[in-house]
Order: sequence, then C-alpha cells, then structure tokens
Amino acid sequence: MSATTALPPKRTNRIGLEILPYKGGKTTLCAGCGHNAISERLVEAFFEMGVAPWDVAKFSGIGCSSKSPAYFLGASHGFNGVHGRAPAVATGALLANHKLMGIIVSGDGDTASIGLNHFMHTLRRNPPLIYIIENNGVYGLTKGQFSATADVGAKLKSGIVNELPPVDCCLLAVEMGATFVARSFSGDKKQLSAILKACIAHKGLSVVDVISPCVTFNDHEGSTKSYAYMKDHDEPLHEIDFVPSYEDMEVDIEEGEVIEIELHDHSRLRMKKIGREHDPTDKLAAVKLIHEAAESGLIPTGILYVDRERENFIDLLELGDTPLAHLPESATRPSREALETIMEELR
Amino acid sequence: MSTTELLSASFHAERRPEPIINDFSIQVATVNGSGSQTANNVLMRSIFQMGVPVSGKNLFPSNIAGLPTWFTIRASKYGWIGRKKEIDFLVAMNPETARDDVMGLEAGAAVVYDEPLKLNELRSDLYFYPVPFDKLTGPVCPEAKLRKLVRNMIYDGVLAHLLGIEMDQIQAALQKQFGARKAKAVELNWNAVKAGKAFAEANLAKIDPYRIERMDCNRGKFIIEGNAASALGAMFAGVTVVAWYPITPSTSMVESLMGYMRRFRVDPATGKPTFAIVQAEDELAAIGMVIGAGWAGARAMTATSGPGLSLMSEFAGLAYYTEVPAVILNVQRVGPSTGLPTRTQQGDVLVSAVLSHGDTKHPLLFPSSPEECFSMTGAAFDLAEQFQTPVFIMSDLDLGMNNWVSEPFEYPAEPMKRGKVLTKEDLDRLGGFARYQDVDGDGVGYRTLPGTAHLAAAYFTRGSGHNEKAQYSERGEDYVRNMDRLARKFESIRGVVPRPQIAVNPAARVGVVCYGTSRYAAEESRDQLRREYGMETSYLRIKAFPFSPDVKDFIAAHDRVYVIDQNRDGQMLGLMRLDLEPELCVKLRSVRHYDGLPVDARSVTDEIVKQEGL
Repeated sequence: MSATTALPPKRTNRIGLEILPYKGGKTTLCAGCGHNAISERLVEAFFEMGVAPWDVAKFSGIGCSSKSPAYFLGASHGFNGVHGRAPAVATGALLANHKLMGIIVSGDGDTASIGLNHFMHTLRRNPPLIYIIENNGVYGLTKGQFSATADVGAKLKSGIVNELPPVDCCLLAVEMGATFVARSFSGDKKQLSAILKACIAHKGLSVVDVISPCVTFNDHEGSTKSYAYMKDHDEPLHEIDFVPSYEDMEVDIEEGEVIEIELHDHSRLRMKKIGREHDPTDKLAAVKLIHEAAESGLIPTGILYVDRERENFIDLLELGDTPLAHLPESATRPSREALETIMEELR
Repeated sequence: MSTTELLSASFHAERRPEPIINDFSIQVATVNGSGSQTANNVLMRSIFQMGVPVSGKNLFPSNIAGLPTWFTIRASKYGWIGRKKEIDFLVAMNPETARDDVMGLEAGAAVVYDEPLKLNELRSDLYFYPVPFDKLTGPVCPEAKLRKLVRNMIYDGVLAHLLGIEMDQIQAALQKQFGARKAKAVELNWNAVKAGKAFAEANLAKIDPYRIERMDCNRGKFIIEGNAASALGAMFAGVTVVAWYPITPSTSMVESLMGYMRRFRVDPATGKPTFAIVQAEDELAAIGMVIGAGWAGARAMTATSGPGLSLMSEFAGLAYYTEVPAVILNVQRVGPSTGLPTRTQQGDVLVSAVLSHGDTKHPLLFPSSPEECFSMTGAAFDLAEQFQTPVFIMSDLDLGMNNWVSEPFEYPAEPMKRGKVLTKEDLDRLGGFARYQDVDGDGVGYRTLPGTAHLAAAYFTRGSGHNEKAQYSERGEDYVRNMDRLARKFESIRGVVPRPQIAVNPAARVGVVCYGTSRYAAEESRDQLRREYGMETSYLRIKAFPFSPDVKDFIAAHDRVYVIDQNRDGQMLGLMRLDLEPELCVKLRSVRHYDGLPVDARSVTDEIVKQEGL
C-alpha cells in the first residue's frame, strides 16, 4: 500500500489540453451580465469539441459585448477593433489564413446599428465564421440608451418608450445568406452549448442571436430583454442534441418527433420538437416563424435555419491549401522573366 | 488700323516661320465617349516610337459620355514632359468648346478643325486647317454606328501629314493598341488614318512651324499608366490580399492588378490563385479587411482616393495604435468633399500624414513616375511589415491615370522584408513574449501570427489602451510609455525611408523643393529661371515622410527655399513646419497650383520670379 494518495488526474479534452487555455481573463462586466454566461458556454464548447485554441481567432467591435473575447480562449489570438466593423477585420484575417476558425462576438448596437452595413454584406459573403450577437436591447457602456433591436413598447429605466420597430438580426441573416442561424438565451445553458458546438461544426457563416440581459440598464419591469421577460416569453422550438463527428454514437430515431441534420464536419444535430412545428432547412418557414413570433410576442429559440449547400466565401475564392499569409516568396513574387515579358509587351 | 489688324497683317506676311521641331504641345478637344482615347493614344505612341520624349495628359469630365474632354500631348526634345501651359497645335473636334478652345490660343498656334465649324472666322493670327471629317468618315466606315468612333482616327492621318509623323509608326501603334486578335478593328481604323492622310496631302498646304522629327531617346522605354505601374509593384512585392471599393482615380490600379494577377499569380502546379482580391461594401470594410489580413500575416493593401481616405480614418488609427501592417495607395484627386473627381491635386498630404484622431502619424511615400510607382509599392510593403504600421503611397490622378513614357522597372534586388514575427520554434526557445516590448531599441516589438501552434503565441490586439503585454490598461504610465515607443518607432522609420533626390548648385542661394508629379514643372522651371533670369537654383525632391535629415541640411544651406505644392494651402510646406525646426521654417516660401490641372513650369517660374522680385 502506498503512503501517498495520488491526485485525481486533471481533466483533459480529446487533444490532451486542460481547460485553462480555453479560459480567459477575469471579466470586468457586471455581475449577472448575460455575456459572462455566454463566455462560459464558449469555453465549454471549444474545450469539449477539442478545438486547438491557437487555431481560433476572436474578433469584436466596441461595447460591453465586444470586451468579452478577452474573457474566453486566452490562448487564442484576439482582435478588439473598431465599432461595428469586426466582420471586415475577421474576413480579412480569414482571407490571409483560411485555416483559422474565426469567431466574432458583437452586440446589438455593434451589429444592428453602426455595423449593420458590414453585417449584411458579411451575410452575403458567407465566410466561415461564428458570429455571436449578445443582444440586450441597450447600449451598456454609454449607460442605457435603446439599441436598434429594442422592441416596440419596450421601456427604459427613465420611462422612455421605444416606438421604432426592431432590427431582427436572425431575419436578416436568413434572408441575406447566412448558412446557420439560431437564436438562444444566455440563461439556457443546454441549448446554447449545443448551438455553439453546431457552429463549430458548420463551415459557413453561423449567426447566433443570444438574448443576453443587461442587469444594470435593461432588467427592469417594462423591458422586453430582461431575465423575467425571457422566462415568460422564451419558446424553445426543440430540445437539441449535438452529436459530434468523433463520437460514434447510435441514436434512436423517434419517428415524426425528431429532425436530424448532418453538419459539414459530419457531426449531427438532433432536434426533438417541443414548441411549434419548424423545419430549419426550410428558408421560407424560418422567415415565417420569425414574423409570426414577432406578432405573438413570443421568442422562439433554437436552430432557425441551416443551409448546407451554399459555398462559403473562401471556397468561392478557390484558394489553395497553404494560407495566403504563409506562401513562400517563390510563390508570391513572379520571376524576372515575367517582368521582362510585361515590359516588352508595353514597348 | 487697329492693333489686331496690324498683328494679323504681319502674321500673314510671315508665311514661312522658322520650324519648331519636337518642342510643342498638341491638344485634341473631343466629346467624352467618342472613342477619341484610341486616336490620342495612337498619336502619342507614334511619337514615342519615333524616339521623341513625349507625354500625354487626359483632361476628362466625371461622366461616361457627352461632356467635353481634352487630351494634350507634349513633345519635347529637351525631355520636359510636364504639362505645357500654352497649346501650340489644336485639333478642334467638339463644337461645344471649339470657340473657347480657339480663343484661348496664343498667336501663332495651329488649328485643325471640323470644316462646318468655320473656326477660321474667329481669328486671323492662327494657322487654320479645315477638314471635312464626316465626308471622309463615310467611305471608310460603311457601318453607321461605328462612324462616331472611327471619325477621330481621321485626325491622326491629318496630323501625320502636317507634323511629319511616320505612317509606319501610326500603323504599328494601332496594332499595339488593339492587339493581334482585333485585326478587323485595326484595319478599319487604319483606313481612316489613310483617308485623313490622303485628304491632307491633297488639300492642306503646310503653313505652321510645328514638326515631329525622329530622335533616339526612347530606347528600352515603354508606355504605362502610373496605376498599372503601382499594380505591377504590388504584384512583384508579393501582395496576397487586396480589398477595395471602386473610386476614381484609383479604380484602374486594382483592375489592372486583377488582370496581371490572373496571368502571373496562379500556382502552376495547383491552378489556385496565390491572392484574393475582394470588392468590399465600402472603404471602411476595405481597410478593415486589409488590417485583418495584415494582422494574420498577409501582405495586404487597398487603393483609394479622397472620400475613401476620409472613410478609412478610423481604421487607420486602429492600425497605427495596434501596430498592424497595411499598404494604402492614395491616388489623389481634387477635394474637398467630392471636389473635382477627375482632376488632379496633391491635396491629401496633411490628412494622410496624421489620418485618424489622437496622436497618429503615418509614413508617406511620394512616387513621381511609373518607375517609382513600381519600386515604392515594394518599399511600402517592406516598411509596413518591418515597422508594423500602415504606409501610404501618395500618387495622384495625373500620375495614376495618364500614360507615361517609363524607364524599365528594376526587378526587386532583395528578398521581402517581413519584419519581426516569432514562430513556434522561437516561442519554444523563448517560452513567451511581450507584444509591445521594445526589445531591440528601435521601437518595434515582436509579433506572432494567429494560427501559431503554441500555447504562448496568443496576444490580444486592442484599440484601447494597452501595456507591453498587450493587456488592457488605463494607467497613465503605460499609455505614455507606449506612445513614446511609437514616437521612437517613427524616428526609426525616418532612417530607412527613401532619401530625397538632391542637386545642390554651390552658386545657388535659392532652393526648390518638390514632390510627386510637381517634379516635372519644378525641373523645367529651374531651366527657365536659369535661361531667362540668370537665376541658379538647387533642387530637392522629397520622396518620403518622415523627412530624412537631408531635407534639414538642404534648407540650412540655402537662403530661401520654394516648396511647390499642388494644393491651395501649401500642405507639404505645412508638414515641413510640423517636422522641422522654426529657424529653418522661416526660409520656406510657397508655390501653389490648384486648378485641377497638373502644375506647369511657367506658373512656377512666374511665381518664383514674383516672390524674388526679379
């Protein structure tokens, strides 16, 4: 019998890493902020999927949401740039190195107001990117003004009521070319985790609009983005099981109840209906669902739309295997003879 | 008798003026969209092929078809290829502007004109040549819809006769212009040239003094637009990511680049492109993509002009402060605001040097010729990556969109300078790094690229305050330390940017400073000052900001220094005031030209003479 007790082995993931490199710095957001919960889900999702953190690049704009890339995946490069324009920076980085897994964390002001133009054109391009919108309906860092996703009738703490219709980022995403569109709630751990893992498995633009209450400026009576309001109005469409490609798991198909979608990396999404009927491969159904939900006042959450056919932006460019950033000089500087040929043609 | 009549009588008495050979300007006035560009380019190329120094300038409206346009060709046996203020030989094809075009000429100029316009009635002190263009066009171009395009080729034939341009050279130039595959177009146009020549031989007696004669000044040279030269510079500098938004006058740079890249930058083994060119939704996204790509290790660039530059301001500051390489080609046009989008100016010097809010400073390069468009684009990538900062190449519409006779480009002599990038192996050895630490004392830190497979590779890039480890910091000390290092980095850049071109005349008390396309007027003006006023000058052409110490020494060695700017506010002089000691700045005088046309030598000479009190 040994005199010492062995410490329990530290938990590692399938590439042999502990969770530490997946964690980030200490958050400076408010205690109870929905964004912190989303960061935790991201840590779990990337750790559990065994994504090497050095293969991930994080991007954000300006705002509370945009601070959060500092709070997860500390061993990944991050770029906190200018307000609303993270998609441009992320797209550029992917052009330079398409082997990177890009993730944008944005907010409702960042995406639906100042960056709306870039958001929409990024949807058209469909780059292989995860695009998370931490949606709380208000500007937090400037202390509580409405954002463009605030619902009609929503009331600020000061009593001001919003009378302009909201921008629905999921509706735009479905309409303009994103190939994976989901809505979730920062308080729904299980659903959000499954969705994030599906995003990792999807090789196109994944847009996830996460209702993420602002405990300081938009969690009061009269808010439509508060914890209490979400508890009453969240309508999960389905229970989502994410079955990763590397897990050889047999699943029982329950006829008529479950929709299964195979993602690009051969992972599978199994969606067991709990809310209203919805087929996420049907674009028109997704549009209809979002419109109907807006009228009913409910917020259906889950996978709204998946398109596995559309080519992503990198594939469209037909780039070679070696990232452009790593091509040797011999590949990027044409020969002396080439220059001579060009000059001779101009003589 | 009135003075005009007196002049007129003496003018016509002198029927055999002294010939003026290879030293005059031709202006062709046409309508935009009438295909005159082909006729004009063929004319310029023919003179080029005859070995005569020549330049061409297209003055065109912001319009696709219908508005007036002028093309000026200058032949100069002395090699003066800047714009000549006076027009010596006018081809008046546009009824709308013909009257003004003729009235603006100086006595003794020649005019080829469309006969029905009866321009000969306007003045009696010019040499007039009426040509019935429509009558000549019909027989050589049976297809009515092509006549508008072919009509202009007639004047090439007329000028061949009047100026002595060799027909063989016109034919060769036509073939060059259309390429081997368009034999039909060549034939159609060649017939029009021949018709013009035949008509002129039979009907027009040479009475004006202007002639082109063969020289041998263009051996090895070729004709190219500055924008195409910039494109080649980028291609041979190994650019891999280009993001852009169309804007005159920078558009043709990227379009030219696309053509060359498809030919020369596709991997022969895999058939895959070694580049990505993306047309973004606006200039904000264009520069954003460039910065993202530069951050991830690509040689990335954009090309833009005034309004686009203004939109890039926010991102320019981000790249400066986060220290991300980027190359921005600014083909300047006339501002402010939309300004005159198709006219030239050096109007973005100040704004580019400090583009963005806060204490932001950027290196600028000032190409003056196609050769420098080529070489400085390469230099810009090296500087951007070595110093991890955006670099602006300050071309302009005159340089970018006009055809220039160019010396051969030199193939890059050295390998690309990719700057301080730590690899996985470096990190294995070092254990870690601090992104913004000044390890080498030159103000430049070491960076890693995303995708470097090492747990210590990552750092967080942020436009907010940060310390040496790239951590968020609002501490005053961290901020000052960082900004001081950035200032130190700028001083390191000063030591390696291209040095000015200098010609010091020991007898001269006065210096002339120019940059970019103002060099042509400056160089010719010095000649005028010497010949006409006996005034010797020294010469310095700025090639880059921050200014190398040579600039300081040059000013110190002279009593007065004239800085030639193609903008209203003397922006280069303003930038020199920011960068140089006050006792040097008092020596600076300003010569400014800003009517949208390239500056000409006469304007510079007149202004210097005025200020010198000569």
